[in-house]
This record gives sequence, C-alpha cells and structure tokens, in this order.
Amino acid sequence: MTDSWRQPRRLLLLALGALTVFFLMAPTLVVVPMSFTASNALTFPPEGFSTRWYEKMLTDRQWSTGFVNSAQVAFLTAILATALGTLAALGTIRGRFPGRSAVNALILSPLIVPVIIIAIGMFSVFVRWKIAGSFVGLVLAHTALAVPFVVVNVATSLRTMDRNLELAAQSLGAGPVRTFRRITLPLILPGVLAGGLFAFITSWDEVVVSIFLTSARFRTLPVEMWEQVRQVVDPTVAAVSTTLLAVTTTLLVLVFVVRRQPAAR
Amino acid sequence: MHLFRRATSRSGRRRRGDPIVNRWALLAAPPIAFLVAFFLVPLIVVSLRSVTDVPRPTDDLLANYGRFFASAANLRVLGNTFWVAALSTVVCLALGYPYAYLMNIVRPRVAGLLLIAVLLPFWSSLLVRTYAWQVILRDTGIINTFLLDGRVIEEPIPLIRTTLGVMLGMSQILLPFMVLPIYAVMRRIDPEYSRAAANLGAPPFAAFRRVFLPLSLPGVLAGSLLVFVLALGFYITPALLGSPKDTMISQFIASAVQQRLDWGIGSTMAVILMGLTLAVLFIASRLIRLRDVFGSLEES
Amino acid sequence: MSATRCPVGAAGGAATDRPDRPDRPDRPALVLRGLKKSFGDVPAVDGVDLEVRQGEFITLLGPSGSGKTTTLRMIAGFTRQSAGTIEIDGVDMSHVPPHRRDVGMIFQNYALFPHMTAAMNIAFPLEMRQASRSEIKRRVAEALALVKLEGLGDRYPRQLSGGQQQRIAFARAVVFHPRLLLMDEPLGALDKKLREALQLEVMHISRQLGATVIYVTHDQEEALVISDRIAIFSRGRIEQLGRGEDLYDRPVSLFVADFIGESNILRGRFERDGDGGWLTLDDSRWRVGAAATARVALDGDRAAALVVRPERLRIVDADDAGAVATAAPAVNSVEASVRDVLYLGSTRKYELTLRDGQAATVRQQVGGDERAWQPGDRVRLAWAVDDGVLVPIRAAEAVSSGDLPARTRA
Repeated sequence: MTDSWRQPRRLLLLALGALTVFFLMAPTLVVVPMSFTASNALTFPPEGFSTRWYEKMLTDRQWSTGFVNSAQVAFLTAILATALGTLAALGTIRGRFPGRSAVNALILSPLIVPVIIIAIGMFSVFVRWKIAGSFVGLVLAHTALAVPFVVVNVATSLRTMDRNLELAAQSLGAGPVRTFRRITLPLILPGVLAGGLFAFITSWDEVVVSIFLTSARFRTLPVEMWEQVRQVVDPTVAAVSTTLLAVTTTLLVLVFVVRRQPAAR
Repeated sequence: MHLFRRATSRSGRRRRGDPIVNRWALLAAPPIAFLVAFFLVPLIVVSLRSVTDVPRPTDDLLANYGRFFASAANLRVLGNTFWVAALSTVVCLALGYPYAYLMNIVRPRVAGLLLIAVLLPFWSSLLVRTYAWQVILRDTGIINTFLLDGRVIEEPIPLIRTTLGVMLGMSQILLPFMVLPIYAVMRRIDPEYSRAAANLGAPPFAAFRRVFLPLSLPGVLAGSLLVFVLALGFYITPALLGSPKDTMISQFIASAVQQRLDWGIGSTMAVILMGLTLAVLFIASRLIRLRDVFGSLEES
Repeated sequence: MSATRCPVGAAGGAATDRPDRPDRPDRPALVLRGLKKSFGDVPAVDGVDLEVRQGEFITLLGPSGSGKTTTLRMIAGFTRQSAGTIEIDGVDMSHVPPHRRDVGMIFQNYALFPHMTAAMNIAFPLEMRQASRSEIKRRVAEALALVKLEGLGDRYPRQLSGGQQQRIAFARAVVFHPRLLLMDEPLGALDKKLREALQLEVMHISRQLGATVIYVTHDQEEALVISDRIAIFSRGRIEQLGRGEDLYDRPVSLFVADFIGESNILRGRFERDGDGGWLTLDDSRWRVGAAATARVALDGDRAAALVVRPERLRIVDADDAGAVATAAPAVNSVEASVRDVLYLGSTRKYELTLRDGQAATVRQQVGGDERAWQPGDRVRLAWAVDDGVLVPIRAAEAVSSGDLPARTRA
C-alpha cells in the first residue's frame, strides 16, 4: 500500500482530497479569526485582537434576545421532535399497518421538499391559526423539520438492535412494558439522544422558515443575522457566526460521544 | 429454518395470516397527526391557493399557471434554476467522486477524519457558510484585497453577485450530499473484485474503469439526484451570493409572497417547484431505490 | 401482569422460592399436540406431537427448514401456533404470553443484554419475579459458581469470550428454575474444540439441576452425545423419536438413516417370506431378517430399501463368494469394486462402486487383521442379515433422492 502511494495517480488523488477538505472547511473557518478583529472593518488577516464584537453581540438587545429566543426554540424543538420522532420510528419499524410506505414518505419528506414551499405554506396556515410570528408557531414548524432526523437516527438504532434481546427478556419473565423500559429503550437511547441533538441543531441553524414565521418583536439569531447581513458590514455578524458554529460543533462532538456508547452496539 | 427466521425478524413485513395492524402501529399515530397538521396541511393549502388566489374573481382555476407561463422572465428563472442545479451537480460530482474514492482506499482512521471533514460543514449553519463566502468574495473581501495589495489587479474583480459565486457557495454546501451516498456504495464493493480483475490481467486503471466504476454507479446516481433536487430549492445562497440574473425559483417565490404580496403567483411557482422535485424523484425511483439515497444519509 | 389473574404468574413467582427441585409429579414436563404453524401457505411445522418426561434431555434434530426452531419458538411463546396445543407441566400454555410461561431459553447468539453486566443479566429474571435483594445476590452468586465464572460477574458481555458468554447465558436461563430449558443451537457459534467441551458441560449441569431440556441443533453428533432422546425433524414433522442407538441402529425411514450417520442403501422390492423376507433388485436378492421385517410391517412386493451401516460391512475376495454363502447362511453379499481408499487414522474408509453403478462405503478398523485393499480390486461386500435394516420407500423419497442411490453422508 505504501509503495503504491508513490504512484502519480495516487498522489493526484491525495492532493485533490486535501483540496476538497480545504474547500469544505477553510472558507467557513475564516469567520472565526475575523470575529476577533480590533478594527471596524472585516479584514483578513484581522488587525489586532479584541473581543469587542462579542461584547457588542451580548449587550445589543436585538442580538442577545435573538440568542435567547434561538436557544429556547431549539430546546423545545429538540424535546418535541425527539418524542414524536422516537414514536414514529417505533411505529413505522415495528408497526404493521396499511400505507406504511406512504407514512415513511411523509415522515422523510421535510428533508426533500424545498424549504421555501414549507415556509410559505406554514406562514399561510399559521396566520389563520394566529400562531405566525409566535414562539409556539416557530417551535411547531421547527419540530416538523426536525422529526425526520430523529426518526432516521432512532430507526438505525432499532434496526441494528438484536430482536432476540427482547425475546430473551420476555422468556426471563419481563412483560411488554418492562421489556421496553429495561431493554429496548436503553439500547436505542444513543440513537434517541443523537436524534435529539440533531433536532436541536436543525432548529438552531434554521433560517428560511424562521424568516417567514418570526416578527420584528420575536426573532431568532439566524433571522437577525439574515436581516443584518444584507444591510451592515459589521464584524458583529462574524462574532454571531462564530457563536452559531461553536454551539453546533459542540453538539456534534456530543453526538459522536453519545454514539460511542457501548450500548449502541 | 433460517429462511423462516429471517422472515420473522423482518417484523415490518406482513405475512398472510397475520393481523393487518399490530399494537406498535399505534405509536405512529401522534407523529403522523402532527406532521399532517403542521406539514402536510400547509403544503396542501399552498397548492390550493395556486388555483383559488386568482387576480380577478372571474378568472378560471388555471389563471395563475397561465400567467406564469406567459411571462418570459418567469421561464428564464425556471431555466436558470435548472442550469444552476445541473452545474452544481456536475461540480459536486467532479469533487465528490474522487473524495469518496479516497475515503474508500485510505486506512480506516484517515477515512474517519475525511468523514468528519464532510460531516462538520454538513451540519453547520448554511447561513454562516454563505456569509463566510460573502466575506471572501466581496469587492472588499479577502480575495480582492489580497490581489489588490499584491498589485496583481488594479480594480476588484467581480466574484460576488456572479454565477461563479453562487456555484462556489452551493457546491460547498451540497458536496456532502454527493460524497455520502457514493461512499456508502463504494464501501459495500468487495475489494476482492478489484484484486480479481488485477489477477485476471487488468492494469489498475482498466480494473477501475471496468469493475469498480460500474459497481459504484448506483452511488453516483443517488448522490447526483440528491444534489440536483436539493439545489433546485436553494434560497439563501443565491440570494446572498448571486446577481439578479442568477435568481432562482425559491427567491422568486419569496419575493412574490413577501414583497408583491401576490400569493397566487407565489403558490403557483411553489407547486411548479414541488412538481419538478417530485418528477425528478419519480424518474429516479425508476432507476434506483430511493431508500439507498436516504439510507446513505442515515449512516452519516 | 398480576399474579392473581394468572395462575401461571403465581406459579412462576413460587418457582423463585423453591429451594430445590421438589419431588416431581408424574405428569409430563411438556406435551405438544397437533402443533402446526404456517407462514402464508408454507407449512413450517405440520402436526407435531411430543411428550417430554420431567428431567429429560430431548434434542430436536433436523436440517435447515425442517421446523425444529419454529417448534422451539412456539414452546417459548415467541411464535403463535396456527393449530394445536402446548402443555407445560400440566398447564395449558397455548395462549399464554412468553413472559408468563416460566421457560428458560438460551439463544444461538446468547442474547446477553449488552448494557448490563453478567451479574445484572443473571439477576434480571429474578428481578422480574420480585425476588428480594439478598436473595438475588445469593442466587446470582450460586449461578455464577454453577458455571464456574465466579469473579466475572462485573464484566460486560463484550468483555467475555464466546465460551464465557455462553455460560452466562446458561446461568441466566436456569437461575429462576424454569419449568423447561430451551436451547436454540446454543453452541453453534463456537469453534469445534470448545463446542465439544461445552456439550459435556451443558449435559452435566442440566442433569445436576434436574432440568428438562429441549435442545435444537442440526449437528447429529452433538445430538447423539447429549440427548436422552432425539426427535428427528423433516418437513415440519417428527420423523422418528427415540434414543440415539434406536435411531442409528433401527431408523424407520430413509431420511433418518441418511441423516444420522453414514448409510449404505440398497433399493429394491420387498417380498415377504415366512417371518422374514427378501429384497430383490434385478437378479440379486438379499435376505431380510425377521426382526427388521416385523418392525416395518410391510406387505409383500413393495418398494423398499435395505440400510447397512459402513462398519457392519466386510470386504471379502470376489472369488470367495461361494465360501461366504456356504460358511454362513445368515450373510448377504453384493459385488463391488474398490474406487478409493481413504486413510483416516483409526479407521480406513473404502469407497466402492456396486455392479449397477451405485456407491457404497465401508469402514474398517486400522490395525485389525483385515486385509488392506487397493483401488481397482474386485471384491464382495458381506453383512450379517440382522445388520440390514429394512425401510419403506415413500413416493416422495423415490422422487427426491431416487437419483442419489446409496448416498452416504458424514
């Protein structure tokens, strides 16, 4: 193997791979150093070092309430989507009922239907239900978008789980409820938690639906950023971006940790 | 006996003589109700508005569709959407296939790192990533500043508000959707096949072209399809990086609804976009199992 | 769930308090009557009747798809039977859910709960039966001692070797003194050496506990080693039930003869003659003993086969034919030529071809005074009349294995 790496074709492949990694990672990471610039303009490399843009983000009412709103919406979305998604995964994988494939399609379709259509549809309906621009409305909308991620994660755990374990528990005297609580749930828990984290991230980063379902009085961080990005060139946005990235990355690391749990196997 | 055991372990599949509905199915009821109310109903309402929100009460049900197809500007947006989506697919394939191939041949640990390099951006904010491209491509952005400072150019070259800018941003965001399905398929190809080809006298490239490439095509198809379909619906990236010339259908829908308050034409375009998406998926479902497309996402 | 509603649950609860097996009642441990299961139109189990005595070790033996595992799963309650009844320890369990059957089961892949330690796994059935903490502790320790894994209770299944996992699964399945112990190829995942060691251990511990065991395997040697009785399964039915010797020495069908051990099979037509009879094929005929004739109760002139085990055949010089016949009238013989000689250490195996092209196998102890033959030698195969077992040929067998005459299998 090592010798074959000297072949020019392999070297080319390796170079292309390195370039792709750079293309994937570097442009995004550019905002991190720039958020710590001391100057008023976004320059690269940044001039000096300061945390003033973070201070501005935290003291500015719009940014800070946006941060709190985002966190609250994402948290509730994660809980709701995890509950619904876990039920959906159990119901569609273990369940037998007519129209199961249609239900599967329904559950996965938020992943594939263009988000702008979902956005105007939800806006149109939520206005009539008087929940457009409200906290509740946004949580419900984000939950619909996040459920597929939970389903996919829990379904994977369920499929890889050995059904004999449940039969064994039954033969040892555990009824259906105790079998679920003592055996099934602990074994799919890594998938459930990972799904919940993905649901949080989905809500935390969501822009398009949020643009339609928030109002001037109630905005999330990405929506605030969307409004500002088109008007002002201010390193605060870089600081906000870095904050968004930091939260997402932390949660992703958590996902990896959760998935490593031995019970996952 | 193993046949039967396999049959029973596929719990979902119904065998004759078993009840049509089992108890597990009840669990699916709340999420189904939720998605119908807050996801399906909105989509249905949009579809209905495309025929009911007509400019004049006397118009027939297809008036909005007539309006849409009568305007050359609208058709240009539609054509542009296809063009950008196709271009993004090609760029992603050109970058994604070698990348997936590399992941498949390196040691597992390196492959894991390469996978993380795909997954981290995959899950980080689309808006942030688009904003980062803005910062890089602007007239006062990193590239132009660098080139101006180095006196390579006299005036900033136009990078932002060009098709190139949109392509860069979209390809970067869509690349994981190409890499993951291809990698999932490649990983299932038994390396013995390539060794067998070599043993039968095929030089490396011939072995690749005649054996490995055909076997990896389902992944290529799945990835291309996914990228194309997702690209059709892009909104944020073309809005921030593109010129008015590069307007895609999602932006058109948003501005119709938000600025012109013309729900009729907005929802009509939404139905057309949805129809295109479903059509592509339908054609694809004839070629590959859609489950493979989503299945590869599950493994991520 | 409540013990009052279900007498079985109550009995299960009581089982945990049982200090040791009390004197058993005479009623059978397990009775299956007319048990059937079909998946769609395909019958997997097609009418199984079986009665198992208390403390008996019964093996369900058969090829893949013969219905043995499906039968076991119906006894455990995992699969609902299409027809028939299951009675365990005198109680009709046909419609009792698995967790109230009080039946221990060992799975092929052990099904140890990966998120629990070995001790927690063993404690699980006791917890389900609301045993006290101190009792759980005591009985888990006892169970670990029983399988000689004291000190490994804190290990997780993935930290244990295959053989150790197997023992923990065994301990978990017996710790609550189930009425029945079911094992589904429990040694199938282990390598040959370990499997053979554990076979004996499974047998000894089961006897020590006085457990009634229903054991599923497709390995006939394993079945012969550990069972009191063996039920041979074929096409969803029990083809023959009996002790290992019975099955080997007196198979009732070609299938059993073929499945257990190696066989030489001569096909022909059977004719009655007094107490015994003759099996004729073209111009040859062989004597069938009275015992064999009586067992099968065949009427005259029917398709039948004579089964002779390879170690019961002797090879003699082709020219000695007359000598053989006159020396012992109770001896049959057939012409053959040696095709291959396989040296197997303690035995020598001859593959021969009969005059009509059929194959035959002979096993000879090495080191005896038997002459060693060479490929190409023309010989006669001789056997005592009472070593030939007569079996009927059913229409189905004539079709399915008719073109593989005298097939032998290891």
